[in-house]
Amino acid sequence: MGLDDLYQEIILDHYRKPRHPGRLEGAQVEVRHYNPVCGDELLVGLRLDGGRVAAVAVEGKGCSISQAAASVMSEQVLGRPLPEALDQAEAFRRLMHGEGEPDEELLGDGIAFKGVARYPVRVKCALLGWMAFKDAAARAAGGQGGGDTVYGEEQDETAVRAARGEAREGR
Amino acid sequence: MTQSTTPLDEAAVRGDFPILERRVNGRPLVYLDSAATSQKPRQVLDAMDDYYRRHNANVHRGVHTLAEEATHLFEEARGKVARFVGASERATVFTKNVSEAINLVAYAWGLRNLRQGDEILVTEMEHHSNLVPWQLVASLTGARVRAVPVTGDYLLDLEALDGLLGERTRMVAVSAMSNVLGTVNPVAEIAGRAHGVGALVLADAAQAVPHAGVRLDTLGVDFLGFTGHKALGPMGVGVLAAREELLEGMEPFLGGGEMIRDVEIDRSTWNDIPWRFEAGTPNVAEAVGLGAAVDYLQALGMDRVRAHEADVTGYALKRLGEIEGLVVYGPSEVEHRGGMVSFTLGDIHPHDVAQVLDSDGIAVRAGHHCAKPLLRRLGVQATTRASFYLYSTTEEVDALVAGLDKVRRFFA
Repeated sequence: MGLDDLYQEIILDHYRKPRHPGRLEGAQVEVRHYNPVCGDELLVGLRLDGGRVAAVAVEGKGCSISQAAASVMSEQVLGRPLPEALDQAEAFRRLMHGEGEPDEELLGDGIAFKGVARYPVRVKCALLGWMAFKDAAARAAGGQGGGDTVYGEEQDETAVRAARGEAREGR
Repeated sequence: MTQSTTPLDEAAVRGDFPILERRVNGRPLVYLDSAATSQKPRQVLDAMDDYYRRHNANVHRGVHTLAEEATHLFEEARGKVARFVGASERATVFTKNVSEAINLVAYAWGLRNLRQGDEILVTEMEHHSNLVPWQLVASLTGARVRAVPVTGDYLLDLEALDGLLGERTRMVAVSAMSNVLGTVNPVAEIAGRAHGVGALVLADAAQAVPHAGVRLDTLGVDFLGFTGHKALGPMGVGVLAAREELLEGMEPFLGGGEMIRDVEIDRSTWNDIPWRFEAGTPNVAEAVGLGAAVDYLQALGMDRVRAHEADVTGYALKRLGEIEGLVVYGPSEVEHRGGMVSFTLGDIHPHDVAQVLDSDGIAVRAGHHCAKPLLRRLGVQATTRASFYLYSTTEEVDALVAGLDKVRRFFA
């Protein structure tokens, strides 16, 4: 396992030049997710419009994997219908846990993180941005405010399912 | 350090540690994580192997030959450890690690003696293992945990200590050597002041016993805890050394076999110390291994071990100081610190630093080092820590410096 398998050039590129950095002006919700073990921290701002991700931004600090994965997330979900963006989140989660064949169409640049799955301690770093997105999406679709969340993989899946439902109804 | 001692024979010492022959990711292992756990010399491995191959039996209960041999080896190890840390054999208790040693004091002494409004004084540079047991007992007794602050020079604020010590102070629990900063704390001085207000003193010597050979008697503390695996011994054995009369007056911590004198259905009487605090079958082979580790360290001489580490640490401070953007957290004087250097490198996250170093076979620790209040105080989420021991070399420091240059180029 070489270093280049873990830190693919796409990852380093997103780390050096995050795609949608900073606070989101006019955010519908902002959520802060952090991993107290390593100190990775992300503030994800999100706005939905007509069931689509109208705007997203990420302000963060932490390791290259966490920051690059959040940048890729922002690029992947922007402009997508919410259910599709949540499918992307699921595809990335499955990639990190080595479940099934990777869906490269849904993953986009996220496929670059395939090597991370072999470093168990870094998987949490890669998932942080997507978890924050799912949380933000559920809150936005449910008309709730933002919040702080310590990393935990038992994310409120009920809320995510509700978000899918409400997004389909065009909220 | 003192130059009156002859330096360690580096090659001979390294030859005693089989794991140092390993290659990691195609490169010779550069093990710079001894503050997390030390590697083990073959003398320790052999002692444990010999115990299981030739002497294994349960201790303190059999009349057969093996049981007597096992008991003898176990108690012989206790004697070695007791002499090493300046405690009596009767007041040297085997635990599973230093966390259990501190929990023992927190529960067996603290739970029965602390009252509402009493204060337990810790410091901002404690490992979680010297914070959480006190928090648990404080929550059960109504006592309060307060902390001596750390100065900008990464030392304990001794002026503040005087303000914090008072008649409410019942226990002062202090690290003898910080596992993050490397700071060697003036525990004897602190113990003198704490005793002046009638408080007891516990030294968390997880780093200070293996690297500085601190002792209960010379520190003048009431309790001293350390763990075997950071001192060339195996995992699974730790030690609580105490002032005998204090331990004598304490009720048990854990109940079970071995720690009793007589048992009825609804009541029991307790065994003598130290066995009163050793419920259940102990980790005999591990204790024997720790005894062999103590023999090994004493044969070399703790002053020579400390001098060697000081040389390597001084060299590391100098070389790391030359790296642009690298910030060291800890005292700048080698006299005030043990064999470890915590640092950050620009805004590169320590996990990334450690990952790239690992690709060259260099093992360092990255994270909060189980000292979150200290890292909060330092204003950092995590640091990278390189830590040394008697087998560490300046060539390994050179490898670390070259590795850090690679890290910088990689993330530039």
